[in-house]
Parts: sequence; structure tokens; C-alpha cells
Amino acid sequence: MAQAPVLPRGFELPLKQRLPRIGSVDQVAVEARAGELAKRSIKKESKIWALELALRCCDLTTLEGSDTPGKVAALCSKAIRPDPTDPNIPSVAAVCVYPNLIPTAKERLAGTGVKIASVATYFPSGQAPLDVKLRDVEDAVAMGADEIDMVIDRGAFLSGRYATVYEEIVRIKEACGEAHLKVILEVTELGTYDNVRRASLLAMAAGGDFIKTSTGKLPGAATLPVQLVMLEAIRDVHEETGRKVGMKPAGGIRTAKNAIQYLVQVHETLGPDWLTPDLYRIGASSLVNDILMQLRTQRTGFYSGKDYFTND
Amino acid sequence: MTDVEKRQDRSPVPTDWTYAPAPESTSILTIEERYGLYIGGEWQKAKEHFTTISPRDESPLAEVAQASEADVHDAVAAARTAFKTWSKLPGAERSKYMFRIARILAERAREFAVLESLNGGKPIKESRDVDLPLAAAHFFYYAGWADKLEYAFPNRTPQPLGVCGQIIPWNFPMLMLAWKIAPALAAGNSVVLKPAETTPLTALLFCDVLRQAGLPAGVVNIVTGDGSTGAALVDSDVDKIAFTGSTQVGKAIQRRLAGTEKKLTLELGGKAANIVFDDCAIDQTVEGIVNGIYFNQGHVCCAGSRLFVQESIYEPVIAKLKQRMATLRIGDPLDKNTDVGAINSREQLTRIEELVEAGKEEGAEIYQPPCRLPEQGYWFAPTVFTNVAQSARIAQEEIFGPVLSVLTFRTPEEAVEKANNTPYGLSAGVWTEKGSRILWMAERLRAGVVWANTFNRFDPTSPFGGYKESGFGREGGLHGMEPYLTFDAAETFGG
Repeated sequence: MAQAPVLPRGFELPLKQRLPRIGSVDQVAVEARAGELAKRSIKKESKIWALELALRCCDLTTLEGSDTPGKVAALCSKAIRPDPTDPNIPSVAAVCVYPNLIPTAKERLAGTGVKIASVATYFPSGQAPLDVKLRDVEDAVAMGADEIDMVIDRGAFLSGRYATVYEEIVRIKEACGEAHLKVILEVTELGTYDNVRRASLLAMAAGGDFIKTSTGKLPGAATLPVQLVMLEAIRDVHEETGRKVGMKPAGGIRTAKNAIQYLVQVHETLGPDWLTPDLYRIGASSLVNDILMQLRTQRTGFYSGKDYFTND
Repeated sequence: MTDVEKRQDRSPVPTDWTYAPAPESTSILTIEERYGLYIGGEWQKAKEHFTTISPRDESPLAEVAQASEADVHDAVAAARTAFKTWSKLPGAERSKYMFRIARILAERAREFAVLESLNGGKPIKESRDVDLPLAAAHFFYYAGWADKLEYAFPNRTPQPLGVCGQIIPWNFPMLMLAWKIAPALAAGNSVVLKPAETTPLTALLFCDVLRQAGLPAGVVNIVTGDGSTGAALVDSDVDKIAFTGSTQVGKAIQRRLAGTEKKLTLELGGKAANIVFDDCAIDQTVEGIVNGIYFNQGHVCCAGSRLFVQESIYEPVIAKLKQRMATLRIGDPLDKNTDVGAINSREQLTRIEELVEAGKEEGAEIYQPPCRLPEQGYWFAPTVFTNVAQSARIAQEEIFGPVLSVLTFRTPEEAVEKANNTPYGLSAGVWTEKGSRILWMAERLRAGVVWANTFNRFDPTSPFGGYKESGFGREGGLHGMEPYLTFDAAETFGG
């Protein structure tokens, strides 16, 4: 007979009448609500404000086997000054790279406010022994990562070994030391909104500073309803404990319009407190240029072609 | 700072995110100064007129005809003449006109949506995404039945009734028009329709759609006016009355028609129970509660105005509900970001205010989220009452406004008992993740529609109508065809 897994702290039955209970998510209704919020019409000053915020919240990302110091150096320049023709355009929040490229990024970003985020824990599959993952994290932190983006063990999660997933996150959080921990759920592999909610609460209970949708390595990645489910979980944890956990959708957000839809959802679900890079990030690469293009359009009144913005 | 400096100062950026106004333009509309009556395919002059306004700022929009008894008589006569040829057309021919109407409505949807919001006060996102698409869908759906009636009612020789008098309310002017006219035409009847006094403009614009579609003259006649016009229509030489509106007026109509040959369907008020069990998906349930009562400012006969929450989940549901209410955006109905628009009329506003006062006096606890209401026009903040007794007026009477009364229950049996303990029975909602409980509840709830894990959802294929004082007869679906047909061959000669 299989043993029932031991439930971690914060994951027990709701003996108190208060939240969060694990609860469930209604697929039809959550998709309808996300669809409604996506129809908000954001114009003029409020659009400029949103575009600049989206830029400030970007984790400019490259996670390829072909990444080189040259590529990462170029990305860092872009992160610091996204539009060289307009010094008023703010820097992005962070660059996100593989551990081996942290030294290059560190050198380039020294003295700027742009953070270094590194993926670790046998990204993107997470299918390795815990000590390998811990070593991965320790190395990344030692090399200078400010933020660690870890992946959860989906194999363990999907087979119901929640305690394993939880313990791992707790250990990795310890290994992070001062570095911020973002916990990637890889929602595409979780299959249901119920699982997304469960994994979100698990990651927060185990000490994650951020919860993040995806590795960006699978199609599907972040969607508006998935973010909504995660935001609602964050809201429940905040209501219960007062703790503010950050949110990071990643993968598939390519247009400024889409990014604004994500921000509207945060605004109307968690409120203005979360509209800051400290609590909200967007993992993206091609998004930045679209935002720049829209910002320039708002200022000048006409569209510039793609060739007026650098591909890095 | 000079103007030049201001322009150079590059910070139009607000410190917090207030959405800039995003109003839908009214430039698409042409509103006449004065409207006549649409009788026999022509605009007929009326003797008297009244002003129709926009409830968002009380600004006058147009002069609308007040149809007299004689005008109604003319309209019914025109319909009677048209019926002779219209009812003889092959079903496929009738459906051709109806498909045309549906398509033109879909094409001109934006124009209609803007006018609907302007004249009625509902948010543009609702008229754009709900009212107009559904109105067009009703015409599409019933167009498909026109040539299949014999298969829909096999061996019963379905025949049209004759002239149908139809009286519709102000909460969904175009949608109710479609609900009424589409099945009537598909069955082969002709129609005299009276739009609501406060919202006549989209029905009058619809006459232009009829012209565009080339519908034969007199098949649809539109007479505007107040209650006296409606009464004249009820008393006129029609074969059927279809009425949607208040229970009070519905009863008056039924009294008047008693003993006559005229057929009658009534779709009246409601005080729907929205029942939340402790195993529901709580965040989506809160969305459903909000949609159930604040959709169209609560001007919905099937609104989920009585919320029953299982006591074990009461606190989190109410906390989340209040939190959600604070994010509702109340304001200009034409703004694309508006969630809750204007109250339809001063009269309705007065009624809501009176009942809310009664709720306070009866000792219920009131909550309204902080929001700034526009100074002009008719407005009422979304309201929730907790600690409401089953015997309270706000738990018994239909408020027809954005006012929710919350009650609690302990067991499914108690929920059913309380939910059914009302003279109304139009709709109900059940929120639980347990499929078997949904079926158990639906079997016992005495309501025409039971929604499971959703609310206020409509489809042309689905019948809608009431139990008890919520009326009789069904609209929508094949059930909605039946009240427009007679199955006794002897009756058809009257036409």
C-alpha cells in the first residue's frame, strides 16, 4: 500500500475558517474572467505608464545552448539602456541567463540597477538528484546571481509526492542565501488549473519569493488565465499571512498589448502594490522592442519600422 | 510654467494607474429629432410626443411618438393585412428575410450597441458583447426553424396564430425585441411591438433594418408610448399577447385577457437564489455572484439577488466579495472600461433607494465600496446587505437594481427550502464542485433556469421562463416556438 504523503506546513486541511484553503479552480469561469479583463481599453497617459512599467518589470532573457559572452554582453547593454536614442526610457529589471554566463553579465551590469537572474536546479527539466540541484544553485549564487529561477520537480508533483517538491524548495531557498528565489511551476506540464493553484500554494508555503509560470522551453507557456489563477493564490497567501509574494509570467509574451493585459490583471486582482519590479516580472526577450516601438509611437504619433530598434 | 515649457516637460505619466477615459464614439449614430410610428412599413405621424433621454446625464436624445388607441388600432390592422400573405409564404422564404435581418443586425452591431448604452444606461461592454450578439443570434436561430416546423412538431400541423401584440421591457431592449419578434416571424405571425417607454430608440432604429432587409410592409409594426399604449395593444384585436415586465402589470394583463380568445405568455419578475456551497471554486464563485447581481446594474429579471452562502464558508466569501466589489468601475456607460453603468430611469432609482432604506431600517448591514458616482444622471453604487432575514423586504421583493441580499444556510435541504420560499421562480444558481449535488439541487429548485457554476448565461437554443409569479410560457429554443403556434386546424381560420 502506498503511503499518503506527509502534507507540508501551510498545506494542511483548512481547520480554520480562513484562507488559504487549497480549493479548486473552475476552468470555464477563470478563462471567462481572464477574457473579460483582457478587454480593458488602456489609452493615452495610462498606456504610457503601463508600457514603462512593463519595461521596468522585464527580465530580459536568453537561455540557449548557443549563448556566448558576446551575446550576453549585447543583451546587458540593451537591459541598461533599451533605447539608446531616448535616455528617458528606463532600464529593465534584470537579465536572465545560464550560470556559466553570470560572470559576463556581472561585469557588464556592475554599477547599474539591473539585477542578474540565473536559472538553476537542472533547468529546464529538474530531473536530477537534489544535491546536484543544490550545487547548481550554490555555484550560481557564488558567481554573483542576485536571483535564482528554479524549476520544481514536476515528476514528483504529478505523482502526488508533494512533500518531496516542498522539501526541495525549502532546501534550495536555504542554498540561495541572500538571493531571491523564483519558483518555476512549468504550468504547461501541470495540465490543470487546479494543479497550478496547488503548486503555487506549495511554492509559496516553501518560501519562494516569486512564483513563475514557465521555463519558456515549452509551447503554451504563460497564459492570462494561468496568471489569474496564480495571482489569486498569491492574494490568498497575502490575506492569510500578510506576506507579499511576487509573480512572473514567462514565455509567449511578445507584444506590448499582451503585456498590458497581464498588468491589468495584476492591477485588478492584487492591486497597485504589486505594480513594481519588486513584486512583478515578465520573462521575455522580443517583448522589449515592441514596447519601445509603442512608446515611441505614443510620443511621436507615428510608428517607426522594426529596423529602428536594435536586435540584440 | 509657460505653455511651451509644459509641452517640453516630459512627464504626462501619472503616479498611479488610473485608466484614461476610453469612450466609444457616438459619431456613428444618426438620431432623428422626432420619430413617428412604424406602421405598415411607413413612418406615420403621431399627435403627441414625449422626450426620451440618456440616463447617464439626463440629456434629451429625441422626441418619440406617444401612440394613441387609434394608432394602435391602425398598427394591428396593418399587421392583420400583412398576415394574410406573410403566413402563406413558404417557410424557406420567411427564413430568408430573417437571415437577412440577423446579418444586418450583426453588421450594424456597433451602431446598435452605442445607441443601446446611450438610451438605456448599460455599459457598452455589455451591449457590445452580450445584447447585440445574442439578439442577432436569436434571429439566426429562429430563421432556421421557419421551414422545419412540421419536423419540429411532427403530426401536429403547426399553424401561425395571427397578429401578435408584444410588449417589452427597458432592461434589454434589443435582446427582448429579438426574443419576441424572431419566433413570431418564424412561425408565420405578424407583429405589433411596443418598446419600453424609456428605451424606444433601438427599436426605432431596428425599423431601418427591416427596411434594409426588405421585409414586407406590415409584418412588423412598432408603436412607442407609455403604459396606456400597452393597454391599448392588450385590448386591441390581436390573437396573442406576449409580455415581459413586472409581475404587477403581468397580472393586470392576465385579468384583462381572461375570458377572451387571446393567447398569453408572461415573463415577469424574479428574486433568484444564488446558492454557494462550501466546496465551490471560491474565486470563480465570487465572479459569478458579481455577474449575477451587478450585470446590467441588476436590471435583470433573473438576477441572482438573493445570495445563500453555506455558513462554513460565509466569511471568506463575503470578504472576497467586498474586495471584488471595490474593483468594479462605475461610470459613463459608453466608456469601454465601465463595469456598472447608469440606472435606467429616475423612477427606478427612486424604487431602489426606497427598498435600500427599508433594508437599513430592517436592521440589515449595508456595504457599498468606495466609489465616486457622476453628478448628473441616475446612479446607484453596488450594494450588498448582510445579516438579512428571510422575512425582510429586501429578501422578498424584487429590487431590480444593484443590490444583493445575503443569507446563510447549513444543509442542502435548507438551501432548497429557503430558495423556493418566494412567490417567484425564474432562475437559480448553484455553486459546487460536486456534480451529483448540482443535479440533486436542480431537481428540487422551483425555477425555470438553474445555472450550475455560472450565472446570467443565455443562448437562443435554451428555453427561458418562470414558475409561479415569474410567469408562464417559454422563450428561446424549440419551447419558444410553441407559444406562437396553434396546433388545432380549426383555429387558424380566424387569421
